[in-house]
Amino acid sequence: MPRNRLALAAALVIAAAVLGAMLAPYLPLLDPDAVDTPNRLRPPGAAGHLLGTDEFGRDMLARLVWGARISLMAGVGAAAASMLIGVLLGLHAGYWGGHVDTIVMRLTDILMAFPYILLAIAIVAGLGPGLANAMVAIAIVGFPFYARLVRGVVLSLREREFVEAARALGSSDRLILRRHLLPHLLAPIAVAFSLDVGAKILATAGLSFLGLGTQPPTADWGSMLATARTFVILRPHVALLPGLAIFVVVLSLNVLGDALQDFLDPRLRHG
Amino acid sequence: MSRYLLRRLLLLVPVLVGVSVVVFLVLHLAPGDPAEIMLGPQATQEDVSRLRADLGLDRPLPLQYVHWMAHVLQGDLGRSIRMRQPVLGEVLLRFRATLLLTATALVLSTVGGIALGVLSAARPHSMVDRLSTLGSIFGASMPSFWLALVLMVCFSLWLGWLPASGMYGAHAGGGLLDLLSHLVLPAITLAAASMTIIARLTRSTMLDVLRQDFVRTARAKGLVERAVVLRHALRNALIPTVTVVGVQAGYLLGGAVLTETVFSWPGVGTLMIQGILARDFPLVQGCVLVIALGFVLFNLAVDLLYAVLDPRIRYE
Repeated sequence: MPRNRLALAAALVIAAAVLGAMLAPYLPLLDPDAVDTPNRLRPPGAAGHLLGTDEFGRDMLARLVWGARISLMAGVGAAAASMLIGVLLGLHAGYWGGHVDTIVMRLTDILMAFPYILLAIAIVAGLGPGLANAMVAIAIVGFPFYARLVRGVVLSLREREFVEAARALGSSDRLILRRHLLPHLLAPIAVAFSLDVGAKILATAGLSFLGLGTQPPTADWGSMLATARTFVILRPHVALLPGLAIFVVVLSLNVLGDALQDFLDPRLRHG
Repeated sequence: MSRYLLRRLLLLVPVLVGVSVVVFLVLHLAPGDPAEIMLGPQATQEDVSRLRADLGLDRPLPLQYVHWMAHVLQGDLGRSIRMRQPVLGEVLLRFRATLLLTATALVLSTVGGIALGVLSAARPHSMVDRLSTLGSIFGASMPSFWLALVLMVCFSLWLGWLPASGMYGAHAGGGLLDLLSHLVLPAITLAAASMTIIARLTRSTMLDVLRQDFVRTARAKGLVERAVVLRHALRNALIPTVTVVGVQAGYLLGGAVLTETVFSWPGVGTLMIQGILARDFPLVQGCVLVIALGFVLFNLAVDLLYAVLDPRIRYE
């Protein structure tokens, strides 16, 4: 089963990235912010620097591992916030219908009338550059995707017999939403979330790359790429390595998301 | 068709109002006084008060919106604080460069995507098909700004074939060839992800169409495979592709912001980022408004085109 092997390899890559990010303070790494100008822009394999150094002589390996903490946390955090807002709004829009549905859907229409990254940039422009603001912007831009997904599923579920039965037994709307509808949404939400984390890592890295996310000297993959841009002609490794890290992790998340989709939706397995 | 057109235009009104509200609120998201943020900590109280009055920030928020909209409807997007010029003229000037980049990327992604999709579907599991599948997985995961840097390193630094940044060379005279050579790398960067999406969709719809009876009939008539694929199957497979091409065009317009920044392409994207970093809010508002309007109008054009291609849409 080569597809399973691919998913396993993707899971191993993600596990390694997450473990590396979590254990960064305990790993035998150099200080990621320690400036060493005499040793600036050393190529990979230079003495004491396995992946070379950046424009300030800071160790690339240490910055990549510490950068993983910010990049992964930002991606997962923004996706989780999008999901929470989107699920809450979608659930209520689908269940109550009427004005609630109209307001939520028009709100998503307006947000979706902007190109995704443009709106995120505009929101950061208002809030001010910084990682937290970048995450807020991406969470706001991303929630319509979940809201529409959940609303669609709830619309088809709310007329089903088990909801009718729960209502006939005297269950409150809150109980029906929480105990009867929400469990049915877990599978589609899990698939959407697994595919969305990669997109959110790309988006936060993009904002950091534009100078609107993580601010120097904090290491994150997007901002590392941004500062390395100036030196790409001199030493391509300073730009290629953080980009490669983003690419490999997002690729693994997408492969794993696809595998999860196949697993949770058996109709796709033999398609 | 005219009733459909009227309905679509009416539906556009609330969306445009919503877009304008969001763009207007951008200025007011910041905690604190936008005038103080724009002028920075060195500004005197007098300067701040003057700017507040100039921008109408001393009025209630709904009134400010009405005032701003009244000006926008007359084509007045305010004055850029950094450049001390009307925003609209500068944004429209830069928008031409953005449109050129976006349109080139759209043509590249559409032609390349359809060609790859057709080749993959005509020979499933061939080398082209596998490479196309690999490309689509990579395309969805690769940061466009990183791809830009990789292309720069390969084609500008190592091979020296193409210029690394800008729209015209400093001493090249600004001719068409100069422009085209500067356009190649940004257009490929911007088109890459869309091309893989269009290729995958064309492949799957082509595979569906190639299994249908009319294709079998065409083959039974003795038509050569090339004619079956290009003249019979492709035409029928193109309708869903048109929708995706339309959606992608909108996203290319937004994605151009990142690509322009890497390649120092003088479009609205770079102007907007300069505006954000210089806290020039009227300029940022103007850029966002023009790109968002372009996006909305483009989506409308695609919907109308789709209704022309597939009459069932009009009667839904």
